[in-house]
Amino acid sequence: MHYITEILPSLLSGAGMTLQIFLWTLVGSLPLGLILSLGLISNIKPLQWLINFYVWLMRGTPLLLQLIFVFYGLPLIGLVFPRYEAALFAFILNYAAYFAEIFRGGLQSIDNGQYESARVLRLSYAQTIRKIVIPQVVKIVLPSVGNEVINLIKDSSLVYVIGLGDLLRAGNVATARDVTLVPLVLVAVLYLLLTAVTTFVLRQIEKRYSYWK
Amino acid sequence: MLELKNMTKSFGNRTIIKDLNLTVKDGEILSIVGPSGAGKTTLLRCITGLEKVDSGQFLVDGQAFDPYTNRTNDSVIGVVFQNFELFPHLTVLQNITLAPTMVLKESADDAKAAAQQLLDRLNLGDHGDQYPYQLSGGQQQRVAIARALAMKPNVLCYDEPTSALDPNLRQEVEKLILGLKADGMTQIVVSHDLTFAKNIADEMLHVEPNQTK
Repeated sequence: MHYITEILPSLLSGAGMTLQIFLWTLVGSLPLGLILSLGLISNIKPLQWLINFYVWLMRGTPLLLQLIFVFYGLPLIGLVFPRYEAALFAFILNYAAYFAEIFRGGLQSIDNGQYESARVLRLSYAQTIRKIVIPQVVKIVLPSVGNEVINLIKDSSLVYVIGLGDLLRAGNVATARDVTLVPLVLVAVLYLLLTAVTTFVLRQIEKRYSYWK
Repeated sequence: MLELKNMTKSFGNRTIIKDLNLTVKDGEILSIVGPSGAGKTTLLRCITGLEKVDSGQFLVDGQAFDPYTNRTNDSVIGVVFQNFELFPHLTVLQNITLAPTMVLKESADDAKAAAQQLLDRLNLGDHGDQYPYQLSGGQQQRVAIARALAMKPNVLCYDEPTSALDPNLRQEVEKLILGLKADGMTQIVVSHDLTFAKNIADEMLHVEPNQTK
């Protein structure tokens, strides 16, 4: 027990980093993913190709590799990011690609009649997307987005590769130093707590959208 | 008064409508009938601006307009779709007030009062706060009519208004359409139901599948 209270502060500070990566990645990648998905369903072919290429690149290579390229590779062409910013940059670009594909599926499942109905009421394209399409898409994509959000909590542990101290790294350090698995058990418990809270929040959001069918 | 002059519409090299001339007088009902594939719905989609015509002219009260590009607030054509296409995430009142507030820039209170009047007129007075999925097909249709009327159209168009409803509701729809006629509404009704179309029509237009394909 004494040992636990001793290492807990360092684990919690690692969890703080995990949470920061988690929150800022969502804040950046959800809107970016939405914008990209609108490009994917647009009629502008070159734009579609470009975004498809981007999605292929981001989903086709490991996030770990992308982190390494952003932090160690981009400086070679003069783009230097500090560690934390590099991590956010890579995570946002990566998750936006997944979200773009999820949103594209949601957008395409909206019946064409909804667009036509908005059109004969003379709503503009922007009004139609904002007032008619997005509220319906949100409800449709919530479960899939929730999946990615839960994944993100655990993916955030990849930032150790560019030297950021997150939850898992804090546990690893303590385990290596004290030759015991107790820190890693605590790490698992903390991750489970984080995902439990996130799952609960996601359920609440889904419930909020269950007022219509 | 709505006039069509020499309207032609084709898909690829298949001509659906050729040199059609048509007049709908104010306050009258035009029924468009014909077998499936004859182009009834295509004609309606051209009039409502959902399809671009190849050639021809549209006049409302002698004023030329192009329903496909028309974005002004005059010479409005209202549409009641076959499947109504209500917005499922909005209440009945929100469905009706959305376009008047966003497009016609009516104040929320004015739009709501006008919508409530329309609902009362259509015997839906106490359904304003319900969602579309909570209504029967006939009620959904009347909401769709109220939503179209809230934009103060010059002409109201229906695509197969009886097809998505119980057969015994046909007379209800007849009464409804004739009631709106008594209020002075100009209406165009596409139907494959000849008896229904005859019962309501001042003018009938028979369209036949084009022989020159």
